[in-house]
Amino acid sequence: MSNDAQPPVADDRYTELQNSAEFVELRRRFRRFVFPMTAFFLIWYFLYVLLSVYAKEFMGSKLVGNITWGLVLGLLQFVTTFAITMYYARWADREFDTRAEALAQKMGGAL
Amino acid sequence: MSTQLISLATAGTQVGNPALNIAIFGVFVIVTLAIVVKVSRGNRSAAEYYAGGRAFSGRQNGIAIAGDYLSAASFLGIAGAIAINGYDGFLYSIGFLVAWLVALLLVAELLRNVGKYTMADVLSFRLRQRPVRIAAAISTLAVSFFYLLAQMAGAGGLVALLLGIEGDWGQRAVIVVVGVIMLFYVIYGGMKGTTWVQMIKAVLLIIGAGIMTLWVLAKFGLNLSSVLGEASKSSLESGGKDLLLPGNQYKNPIDFISLSMALVLGTAGLPHVLMRFYTVPTSREARRSVVWAIWLIGLFYLFTLVLGYGAADLVGGETIKAAPGGVNSAAPLLAFALGGEILLGIISGVAFATILAVVAGLTITASASLSHDVYNTIVKDGKATPEEEVKVARIAALVLGAVAIVGGIFALGQNIAFLVALAFAIAASANLPTILYSLFWKRFNTRGALWSIYGGLVSAITLIVFSPVVSGKPNDPVTGKSPSMLQGIDFHWFPLDNPGIVSIPLGFILGYIGTVTSKEYNAAKYAEMEVRSLTGHGAEVATHH
Repeated sequence: MSNDAQPPVADDRYTELQNSAEFVELRRRFRRFVFPMTAFFLIWYFLYVLLSVYAKEFMGSKLVGNITWGLVLGLLQFVTTFAITMYYARWADREFDTRAEALAQKMGGAL
Repeated sequence: MSTQLISLATAGTQVGNPALNIAIFGVFVIVTLAIVVKVSRGNRSAAEYYAGGRAFSGRQNGIAIAGDYLSAASFLGIAGAIAINGYDGFLYSIGFLVAWLVALLLVAELLRNVGKYTMADVLSFRLRQRPVRIAAAISTLAVSFFYLLAQMAGAGGLVALLLGIEGDWGQRAVIVVVGVIMLFYVIYGGMKGTTWVQMIKAVLLIIGAGIMTLWVLAKFGLNLSSVLGEASKSSLESGGKDLLLPGNQYKNPIDFISLSMALVLGTAGLPHVLMRFYTVPTSREARRSVVWAIWLIGLFYLFTLVLGYGAADLVGGETIKAAPGGVNSAAPLLAFALGGEILLGIISGVAFATILAVVAGLTITASASLSHDVYNTIVKDGKATPEEEVKVARIAALVLGAVAIVGGIFALGQNIAFLVALAFAIAASANLPTILYSLFWKRFNTRGALWSIYGGLVSAITLIVFSPVVSGKPNDPVTGKSPSMLQGIDFHWFPLDNPGIVSIPLGFILGYIGTVTSKEYNAAKYAEMEVRSLTGHGAEVATHH
């Protein structure tokens, strides 16, 4: 059953490209990068959250001076966020953009 | 350490020099108004009004995103939360930052490639237009409304602190003035003017917070460990909490997990954040915007860590709580303790600028949704001309401005970090599931979208209404008032401050059940959406360079 979303102008060309080997490969590459990365940072973040509420003694214990484990792990969240950002941006610039553009070219100019 | 400050603050009079504070804020307003007038000439087309002609660079947009995101809640609310509750306050900023990875990896570029002006463009792309757009518009308005309340409450708190007026006509007058200036930015300047205001504000805010951070660190021999140690000692000596330990603010672990979910999943569902991705010419620039935004926002949160602990020692928790504006006044009071009335004036001016810029961003987003999603699609059946749409958007902005002003007057004295956390909970429950399903799940359909949006929205708001945030918290011994929104009444039955842990999974589950129980599916439209989202084919282009 379909709906009232405006039908695409180049109906079968989109479907054709969607089923093409190149596009399937592009989608696979994209998802293989972003899904595991998302899983990683969410798990790491919630691990930190759970430690903060269920391991208060450990998180409040001092590592150096008045710097606690909680603070260090919190600052590590900043570090991993910055690192993932740069890693993704590099990957997308080098690996993803050219492939995506080539496929957009294949679809032709603006419809 | 600051007896003069204590006497000033507890006497309920102003801190610093009101004339100077107003003068500095006035300079910001005049400069930004001039810039808005200059950049916004000939702001006629819909793409210009809604998306600034899509002509901003990734770096410019990244700075503007930081300006949009680093709201009064970040600056005043988080600094205050750290000053009073220490470590627990810091947890806010981590959630707010990590959340950007969701936007970067899963949402920003795909959304830029598919949509035109609003969040609903993407949500309704391959579904039934009318019901999905209405639903998306309603949740856009709900999120923006809570966010607006938070900002206006922050404005009220600042006024109370800086002008020494509380709860009378003077304070309301200032909120009206803030609202009117904001409306000029939005109605005259559109997205282009608003973006420039946000960029200027972001630069001022980050520099201002950076200077204060260095100043605090310099006072403690550039040693973070001794800032923390002194802060904790001061707090304990004055009967406060050990600021290094977790659990000062969140006694209930589930409450904190709930908040964390809302923070980390909310950002990528905030309509005013999503709309900013349309202001750049390509998805590649959208990516750059997020990279810039993450660096600037992360840096800023590192500053607030130092500022919060610095305020705990140099100002003192009791003084902050007793000051007009309460917890939200930690950062301004710290500025006064460091650099006297001049630094206070500068920081207050920056804080006002922050509120103005964020309120402008929210108003333009809500007005765009009312015009583009409700008026054009529902009233005009998709046939409104761009001129008509822009005209309606401007009228909508006027109405929303009035709502913001009235809401701001009622929201005075609320903790703004809390209010913002509620906006995040609604965004994560009502918007994010549909955004992700739309972009990544082939089978997704209209019923799934509607169940998810309305289910997430209604459950989040219902749980908030019956939560301790609205009624029933015991009175604070210092202020003698309940931290709940309503005093002297208790109808809460939901135990948590933040509804996220219930309403976010509910939004996802309802989206799933709705989808699998409906047969609707538009394969051709999904092919178009998927191809466009990943390759950038057919994406809206910049109107000029």
